[in-house]
Amino acid sequence: MKRILDEAIGLFVDDGAFAIAIVICVAVVGALAAWAGALRLYCGPILFAGLAAILVESALRRARK
Amino acid sequence: MLNWGLIGPPMLAAFLASIVEGVEALTVVLAVGATRGWKSAVAGAVLALVVLLALVAILGPALALIPLKLLQIVVGTLLLLFGMRWLRKAILRAAGVLALHDEAAIYQTQTAAMRRREAGTGGWDSVAIATAFQITLLEGVEVVFIVIAVSAGGPGLLVPASLGATAAVALVVLLGLIVRQPLSRVPENTLKFVVGILLSAFGAFWAGEGLGVAWPGDDWSIPALVGGFAVVALVSVAGCRGMAARKAAAS
Repeated sequence: MKRILDEAIGLFVDDGAFAIAIVICVAVVGALAAWAGALRLYCGPILFAGLAAILVESALRRARK
Repeated sequence: MLNWGLIGPPMLAAFLASIVEGVEALTVVLAVGATRGWKSAVAGAVLALVVLLALVAILGPALALIPLKLLQIVVGTLLLLFGMRWLRKAILRAAGVLALHDEAAIYQTQTAAMRRREAGTGGWDSVAIATAFQITLLEGVEVVFIVIAVSAGGPGLLVPASLGATAAVALVVLLGLIVRQPLSRVPENTLKFVVGILLSAFGAFWAGEGLGVAWPGDDWSIPALVGGFAVVALVSVAGCRGMAARKAAAS
């Protein structure tokens, strides 16, 4: 049972910093979208750019280790 | 008339992800069957499949009870965590930073482990049943999550996503019956790479929709996101490969 629970968490979290950065990025864009009004059209590209930066940084950081 | 533009991507994601997970489960079930007997190995795997089907049947329709915006935020974020984790790992494997998944080695290890365990006394081997059940359930839970998550984007997607997953499982089982060996030649990392890109794109789109983001081109943003994540992933592979080579040269 413990292994199944660990596996369930492991589905979403491998590198803790990577997972936290993704959640923060989504939350920041959510706040931005609520505040941005007519500029909400820019929030999608901002979300993608944030996620792309997180992915590249995390992969390069792991490769550098 | 089926709208393949709508049902195609979730179906493809579920199909490819299920191939990856199916191959991993098949390796262990084959090792169990070859060492402890096929009856118990198949029984364990079938039992797990029944549990997984029940999970889809219960959780799928239950999602309709959750408000759409909340569902999109939660499922979108979970898809991002899941898909980007897969994509990151596939990037690192493609760049040679992490070792590729070796089904043949896993089969050998599992076979040796099964031989060390005491043989069953009755007609059913509890060790074989438990091992086959556990691996099928563990790998299958990932498939169930993907099927349910990619179905949450719109009404009527659960059936096509489930069909994609079922077709993949059937294909893996059929190949397993024919070759009776781990499917080492399946390009697992390439499949993970593609699925990671698809799930990351769906996750970003749905999380954004839930948060009130106005996507340029509406649904057409999904192929653009797929293309964007693909470019970022390929650039990351090149970057990580260069980084690993410089590290190796320095040491």
